[in-house]
Amino acid sequence: MSEQVVHDWIRKAVASNDVVLFMKGTKDFPQCGFSSQVAQILGHLGVTYKDVNVLEDMGIREAIKSFSSWPTIPQLYVKGEFVGGCDIVREMFQEGELQQLLDAKGVNYNRAKATV
Amino acid sequence: MPMDSQDIARLIKARFPDAEVTIRDLAGDGDHYAAHVVSKEFRGKTRVQQHKMVYEALEGRMGGVLHALALTTAPRPD
Repeated sequence: MSEQVVHDWIRKAVASNDVVLFMKGTKDFPQCGFSSQVAQILGHLGVTYKDVNVLEDMGIREAIKSFSSWPTIPQLYVKGEFVGGCDIVREMFQEGELQQLLDAKGVNYNRAKATV
Repeated sequence: MPMDSQDIARLIKARFPDAEVTIRDLAGDGDHYAAHVVSKEFRGKTRVQQHKMVYEALEGRMGGVLHALALTTAPRPD
């Protein structure tokens, strides 16, 4: 598949799912510590999300980097918008900003778990 | 392939001359780092924009030879 075709696939994936995590491994079986941290935060907050395992598709693994101009994986998208990688998501969660973003975008999560 | 922490700091300083750059070698293996960068150039930028600026300073190494660099950035206050 050409990069353009993969970009179209990614665009559809992030448009048709409120929250998408591109990660190494799956939410139930992460295969990288950074991916695992983001999956844990989303799991803690009770966010429903689609996980895309880039290890299963070299095309997506490369194209996601050019799609977002971001060099690493994991990558979190909320309502089609790139939020960040592991460092940013963790910092946003600790500061309560991730929860604010989910609120602002109308994404459901477990508010009882909103604090660190 | 590991990368020396001084090389990381040098590349960041070259792009952000005013920056305070703190780098920790997390595992002592020259391969897993945490960097904290404070620069006035981050003012008014989102976190994603700030991190992209640092990644650009690293000239493509991030995600390549530098696979494990935990990054935090902050704008330098007046």
